[in-house]
Amino acid sequence: MKTAFELHNVTKNYGNKTVLHGVNLKVSQGEILALLGPNGSGKSTILKIMAFLEGITSGEVYFENEGVSEKNSEVFRSQCTLVFQKTTLFDTSVYDNVAYGLKVRKVPKNQQEQAVKEALKIVKLEGFEKRPAKKLSGGEQQRVAIARALVLKTKLLLLDEPTANLDPKNAAILEEVIAKVNRENKTTIVMATHNMFQAETLPHRIALIDEGKITEIGTPVEVFGKLSKNLARFAAVDNTFSGTAQLTAEGTTLVDLGGGVRVEVTAQLQGEASIFVNPQDIILSKEAIHSSARNTFKGKITEITDFDSLVKLKVDVGKPFLIQITKRSFNEMALNLGSDVYITFKASSVQVF
Amino acid sequence: MTGILDGIIEALELIITGDPVLYGAVFNSLFFSGVAVILAALWGLPIAMLLALKNFRGKTVIQTFFNSLIGVPTVALGLFLFLIFSREGLFGFLGLIYTPAVVIIGQAVLITPIIISIATTALEAVDPEIINLARTLGASESQASIAVMKEATNGLLLSGVASFNRAIAELGVVLIVGGNIVGLTDVLTTAIAQHTAIGNLGLAIALGIILMVIVFSINAFIVLARKIKTLFYGLNIPIFNLEGKNHENSL
Repeated sequence: MKTAFELHNVTKNYGNKTVLHGVNLKVSQGEILALLGPNGSGKSTILKIMAFLEGITSGEVYFENEGVSEKNSEVFRSQCTLVFQKTTLFDTSVYDNVAYGLKVRKVPKNQQEQAVKEALKIVKLEGFEKRPAKKLSGGEQQRVAIARALVLKTKLLLLDEPTANLDPKNAAILEEVIAKVNRENKTTIVMATHNMFQAETLPHRIALIDEGKITEIGTPVEVFGKLSKNLARFAAVDNTFSGTAQLTAEGTTLVDLGGGVRVEVTAQLQGEASIFVNPQDIILSKEAIHSSARNTFKGKITEITDFDSLVKLKVDVGKPFLIQITKRSFNEMALNLGSDVYITFKASSVQVF
Repeated sequence: MTGILDGIIEALELIITGDPVLYGAVFNSLFFSGVAVILAALWGLPIAMLLALKNFRGKTVIQTFFNSLIGVPTVALGLFLFLIFSREGLFGFLGLIYTPAVVIIGQAVLITPIIISIATTALEAVDPEIINLARTLGASESQASIAVMKEATNGLLLSGVASFNRAIAELGVVLIVGGNIVGLTDVLTTAIAQHTAIGNLGLAIALGIILMVIVFSINAFIVLARKIKTLFYGLNIPIFNLEGKNHENSL
């Protein structure tokens, strides 16, 4: 496969701080590559360099095997586009937002209209042209941002945590869109994520990034298949913990995560283990519930983040767990910061690696 | 009291009959202040862009300098400009003293710090990612700068309107460098001062009424513009929303 993009021994400093240490990365044409790593690991910086929005301190950058320097970067910039993590929209209509890149490329008006219509259809926002973009819901705004990038049909599409702040419905729409443009237009896609689930299903390859270095790169099966110390180090990847596993008399396994938290899992193993619990698989309650689920912990709510139709909560039970519930449940349960709650999940919903 | 009443009646007559001295001053006021705003914007907006979007040494010093200029007594500024533009002054050779050109320059200098200060605030309030957004969508550096200015339209409009109001209400600078020559450099404020002083109350009141009408019309225009924008979007968006930031639903 042809190389779409290459970073060769790239280092990036901001002032005295080095955020990328000699990064080597080859992206093949037509692939989806996920950059997986905790916040602050350097994912966004790599994407900004690939979008030619940031220069590098040392190293080399190649776009389709052509060397890129600061002087010629503007030529290459128009061949790729980046969708930011924080949805950024122009304070104008949806149409003007999506058409912006076409206008600066001087695309004829009738073609603009057609292209905008198609892009909005892909992200399921047909007929939204005249709406003021900033008045849409968070999920719809992010879909406008994606449509605005898609409409340009660039060779390289860069996505920084495209679904991080979205509810499951909007996230699913976007994941579908990403897979579709890659499949149908052969667009090369590089996306940053710290959503393990997304990294497992969507990309062809995954690059693990930690403290400005690429620690591992491979297919999802390769990266998730083996017990990866690099992966386990991502304490900042939500609901990923590492600990010591011990078999029980009942044939299940208890993983001691420290902080008094021992999680029961169905996989049978001994010794070092890392686990991941999907935030959607955790039940939140104000009283302890008796159920078949093997894991129940008591804790306090330490963080509340509100999205369109759902609320993400951090509950400290000795280890911080991220829990996702609908806004309706959140309101009905009258939860606050510091509220005592119980979290419950099945042993079988714990992924062990 | 009858003097004042007579003055008001005479004023209305002058306004209705289209008195040439009265409307000469009105025209001068609108023309001088309008051109002054355009001039001040031409050099003020690039400075505001620089202050809002770039980081460099001495930035705070420059910002403080322009902010303090807003407070400079206009008579002092008038004297300073007079000294520069008078026959023996640095720019005396241009022969601009007591001409409309120097009145416009004087007003432009006066309102430059106002434009810079309000425009900088408005531009700083624009989401800092807008410039990168425009660039990643294919905009050149200058197109990206225009994108930032568009986001700050409301604030920039405010800086223009506030400056115009300030310029048209100015007396000290205009009187000193313009000399209040009837039909040439007289404006509403200087004419009011002169005609009040010589007891020509009717004309003074007429000039005063028109000055107030202009200032109120500008404010009415802003309200109207907000209404139009509201209609356009079909939603209530405050025109002077200097926040300009993304609405985030964080608890």
